[in-house]
Amino acid sequence: MSEDIIELIKENVIQGRVNKDDEGIEVGVAGQPGVTELTEAALASGVKVSEIINEGLTASMEVVGQKFENEEYYIPDMLASAEAVGAAMELLKPHLAKSGVKPKGKILIATVKGDLHDIGKNIVSILLRGAGYLVKDLGHDVDTRDIVAAVREEQPDFLGLSALLTSTMVNMEDTIKALKENGLRDKVKIIIGGAPVSPEYAKSIGADGYGADGFHAVAVTEALSSDNSADG
Amino acid sequence: MPREGILVSSPVERLTGEQVQQIHDASIEILADPRLLCFNQKAAEIFQSHGAEVKSVSGSTIPCWSVKIPEKLVADALQKAPKKVTLGARNPDNALIMKGDEPRVFFITGSETNTWLDVDFSTYVNKTDSAKEIEIPEFKPRRGTLADLCDSAHVCEHLETVDGYIRTVNIQDRDITEDNKDVNKFFACLNNTTKHVMSGLTNLKQLDNVVRMAEIIAGGPEKLKENPLISFITCLVKSPLQFVDDTTETFMEVCKRGLPIVVSSSPQAGTSAPIKEAGIMAQINAEVLAGITLGQLVNKGTPVLYGSVPVRARMDTLGDSYGSVETSQYHVDCTQMARFYNLPNYSTSGVCDTKMPGQQSSIERLFSDIVVALSGPQFLHCAFGLLDCNSVFCLLQAVLDDAHFQMIKFFLKSPRIDEQELDLVKKQIREVVATPQKMFINYIRPVMRSGEISPPYPFEGDGESDSVFALANERLKELRSKPVEHIDPNTTARIFQEIPGLLPRLNVYEGER
Repeated sequence: MSEDIIELIKENVIQGRVNKDDEGIEVGVAGQPGVTELTEAALASGVKVSEIINEGLTASMEVVGQKFENEEYYIPDMLASAEAVGAAMELLKPHLAKSGVKPKGKILIATVKGDLHDIGKNIVSILLRGAGYLVKDLGHDVDTRDIVAAVREEQPDFLGLSALLTSTMVNMEDTIKALKENGLRDKVKIIIGGAPVSPEYAKSIGADGYGADGFHAVAVTEALSSDNSADG
Repeated sequence: MPREGILVSSPVERLTGEQVQQIHDASIEILADPRLLCFNQKAAEIFQSHGAEVKSVSGSTIPCWSVKIPEKLVADALQKAPKKVTLGARNPDNALIMKGDEPRVFFITGSETNTWLDVDFSTYVNKTDSAKEIEIPEFKPRRGTLADLCDSAHVCEHLETVDGYIRTVNIQDRDITEDNKDVNKFFACLNNTTKHVMSGLTNLKQLDNVVRMAEIIAGGPEKLKENPLISFITCLVKSPLQFVDDTTETFMEVCKRGLPIVVSSSPQAGTSAPIKEAGIMAQINAEVLAGITLGQLVNKGTPVLYGSVPVRARMDTLGDSYGSVETSQYHVDCTQMARFYNLPNYSTSGVCDTKMPGQQSSIERLFSDIVVALSGPQFLHCAFGLLDCNSVFCLLQAVLDDAHFQMIKFFLKSPRIDEQELDLVKKQIREVVATPQKMFINYIRPVMRSGEISPPYPFEGDGESDSVFALANERLKELRSKPVEHIDPNTTARIFQEIPGLLPRLNVYEGER
């Protein structure tokens, strides 16, 4: 029974179907339960949370990643699958502590003050959720003080900052300075991204990492997570 | 089902209706004064017997007649010439149906070049940093051979956008003579592609052997008429306004056999035609009309294509400048003239001036490929792989051209905008605007898989590298490794029994006996 439902979760993550209304890739699957309905059903029938995450969600994302590598899947497919995993993780969140499953990490993400461009940041959020991180999206044009307050309150492992404009990228540096002034800088790893920034810029303002695109941002987060484990 | 080509829903036109009529009127006037100079006696007699005023030209070293073609003769011919021409194919699914009033474009290779360009890749190492390497293609010219023609026909069979095949290389093997060239070149083409094959003829004596070969393949003379898997192109016109003796003879003989033929004229603005657009247009139109008229007088209903290959002269050498912008203008104008007569048009694009693939080649050919295709000629001889005007052929360039034409064909797809489509997208917009992330990405997937999104450029490199040549070369290797759909063994045996002059090495079943 649990094997059947896990298999269905896998299939639907690969199809990128969040819920029953999604069309997926294969014709005729619309109307059948998607990842959220199947996750709820799995929880109701007592399937272990760790089994849903490891054998359902994570394993299927590996298949999706392979399909992307083979150029069978494109970014919209990756995002659809990641979104399905993210939706499932939201449902599983209340059960994580009880089941003893530790999330990979908690991430706050924001487009900095003065900047309304959030497509890149949104894509990164979806991919990070799909990779198993808990992501809180603070939105766009976020005031530096609000970011500092959120870091204090949420105590995330990572802070992602995004900017598209050369005129707003400077607010990334201001945010890092503000975190230092509030004694929070060393409690969070900061990753920046966006068209005008570069690895050199990230280094110059004291960020911990730079994500060139959504996939790179996930890879950098994974690498910095490993550093954390080693440190800890 | 024949090949679809691509229908140009709104063809580009440069001329107003009034200008088209003015060009036509000027062409008719030109045919009356200064008249056509005809170097073929039979053609002159045919014109005369149908009411043209024909005078022997005195003082000419070669026998020559001045022919004044009356307007009525031209009008009758335009009425008789078929408005729909079918170019058949060994595989009937590759047949091309061309209608004079329908701007449906088919992309065809050609023409015959003397030089075949091989490509090799060499690795160069940076003198100051040996870790830095770069692969550079090196192009090596050599004389074209029969084996090259087979190779080219086979690769073009597998190039998606190639709708028909004109031989791309002049076969210059030691055992190829004027007497056996035609049968060998037609067989090499027909045996390596199932698409339509068009060619010129080297020796009129070989015409019946070539036609007989096509009849054997088609399944008999009647079947060949239904499915004319070969057609001919003749440059009977030497600009300005001269009908050449031998090619006019060939033209008339092909017409008698009822097979499709292109009436082609290739004046050069500046030398063999006026440099002014009005001048070259009035002249080329007169020359093609004269050819069409002769064809219909020889055999009423002969399927003809209005063949236009005008070109502007280079100002530095007075050679052809196919890469010039004016050349594309003339072609677009000619397509419009052919449409005025409701005749299918043979037009040319993609011929470049440079000698090897590269940036200049891409810019020159792509410019004319786009604008001429947009004008909607039915038979677009789009010079797959041709370089240095018409002198050099490179298969790597043909593979690159195929990618260009995939883009052009995609661009020419009719827009899908109707009430149903708009209702769907309005719903999407409302749904997405109501979400926090406001992204349409979820709606991409079904569209992406339905073929509505253009594929990426197939030779795109990683990151900042330009790997176009290397990737195109990989594609070429892949195409060359594909199977060849040869003519079946029994038909091949009949062809080799009945058609004289075929070289035994072309018989792919020879070794199996």
